[in-house]
Amino acid sequence: MIFGARTSTFITGTNHLSQLMLQVIYALVPATLVVLYFFGWGLVSNLLLSLIFALGLEASFLKLRQRPISPALQDLSITVTAWLLALALPPYAPWWLILVAMLFAVIIAKHLYGGLGYNPFNPAMVGYAAVLVSFPLQMTLWPAPLQSGFGNIDFIQALQSVFASPIPRWDAYTQATPLDHAKVNLGLGKTLAEIFQQPPFNGLGSPPIAVVNLAYLLGGLWLIYKRVISWHIPSAMLGAIAVLAGIFWLINPNQYPSPAFHLFSGATMLGAFFIATDPVTASTTLRGKLIYAAGIGGLVWVIRTWGSYPDGVAFAVLFMNMTAPLLDQYTQPRVYGKRGKR
Amino acid sequence: MSSNYRAMLTDGLWNNNPGLVQLLGLCPMMAVTTNVMNGLGLGLATLLSLTITNLIIALSRDFIREEIRIPVFVLIIASTVTAIQLLIQAYFHELYLVLGIFIPLIVTNCIVIGRAEAFASKNPPQYAWFDGLMMGTGFMLVLMTLGGIRELLAKGTLFADAHLMFGESARGLTISFGSDYQGLLLAALPPGAFIGLGFLVAGKNYIDQKRAERNTARLQSAKLSEST
Repeated sequence: MIFGARTSTFITGTNHLSQLMLQVIYALVPATLVVLYFFGWGLVSNLLLSLIFALGLEASFLKLRQRPISPALQDLSITVTAWLLALALPPYAPWWLILVAMLFAVIIAKHLYGGLGYNPFNPAMVGYAAVLVSFPLQMTLWPAPLQSGFGNIDFIQALQSVFASPIPRWDAYTQATPLDHAKVNLGLGKTLAEIFQQPPFNGLGSPPIAVVNLAYLLGGLWLIYKRVISWHIPSAMLGAIAVLAGIFWLINPNQYPSPAFHLFSGATMLGAFFIATDPVTASTTLRGKLIYAAGIGGLVWVIRTWGSYPDGVAFAVLFMNMTAPLLDQYTQPRVYGKRGKR
Repeated sequence: MSSNYRAMLTDGLWNNNPGLVQLLGLCPMMAVTTNVMNGLGLGLATLLSLTITNLIIALSRDFIREEIRIPVFVLIIASTVTAIQLLIQAYFHELYLVLGIFIPLIVTNCIVIGRAEAFASKNPPQYAWFDGLMMGTGFMLVLMTLGGIRELLAKGTLFADAHLMFGESARGLTISFGSDYQGLLLAALPPGAFIGLGFLVAGKNYIDQKRAERNTARLQSAKLSEST
């Protein structure tokens, strides 16, 4: 009879990968509900197609690589990737757009590098950046919140726009996103005070996108409370955006939007709490996390202000992903008991 | 004699392919291969320069002093490429406009100087020109394959702009796969070139690996049948 040797610590850990990922999905629920309210069937189709394509591709690629399939699907990491991409892509995205994004996310960004844990780049953002660069027309066609909700576009129309051509008078349902609108009109020489009086702002400080961002913030704070993510990355990223935006806003408030506008527009909150905190592709040391996230925040603001794209979370995250190994190398904490530097 | 030629042929086209194995000449490979015809044009120009320079260098290798061989090689290559560039400018002016700076840059292409140093300066001319021809053909095939993949993904066509090389009658060569195809723009951009080349190299290694596996299996079964 063999008695297995056991060491102490008999508390079973609850931090299994699938539980972590399940908590990330819980945290996404408020934002998902808000987006669902604003965009209706558009998000339903995005979510369903993303999940089907992602799980299908993941399973077939695991089979091709002769790896066990069901454990990898049950750890839910691919579900989170698909969920994030579904939220990031414009609602009512055509099926082929989602398929291409998933091909890049699952195959090129993840499995070609060796699968979960080995990917240097955030899979969801690789998929997003690939389609953003490739299909600028479809990626900038954001339907207007509420006008494209459940009440205005029915199921049949949604099916038609996803699987066939865009529904007739699709233009009537689309609208420039706040970031896009501000950028275009700043380029035309208008001041921000004028811009905020027109649609989609109508003098309101918080268009629907800000509500979506608030929902992400809520979920993100819960994740920090649950210790699924540490506070370092979100706070450094949001802090960098706020500081940079604040300095320039104080210098010229008519040319540079306020920190509040930057923090609650586009994908700021989604990026800060759900994208940049990806444990595989982010820096792992504490100081490294701060530098990594501050770099993302700074780049987001720079791309939004001087770049040619209205938002830059995807590019900023991918760029800083590249620096993560180097940051880890140079920010190793001092070993306990050792004097001086490291 | 013939086995030498056969070895050079398999080396240039497959085993030691400049594009897929030596990974030389990446700059023109990435920049030019947005469609098949650009690949073919630059491939032909490189092939021609390789064959001619290899022949000239092999003929003159006994007169070139060891210490100054590299500058002399570069001079020979530069004059050959200049002649080819002028010929392309004269006869295929539109293609010249497309390929632009990459034709004079053949001078600095590592494949040309690499074959001059590694092969032509050590071998008689009857082998040297054939090596140049095979290496050039191997490079051209890679350029065309990569160009084909990128053109297909980015524009949904094949052999577009064929008239630049073969005259107006070649317009019909262009194959289009559906006019409502939404091009994958990424394939035409530099990242597409790197990703595409990565897949080509992986594909070649996969075929080689399968072939090696089959060979060892055959050897083992042969041994087994001998021993029984």
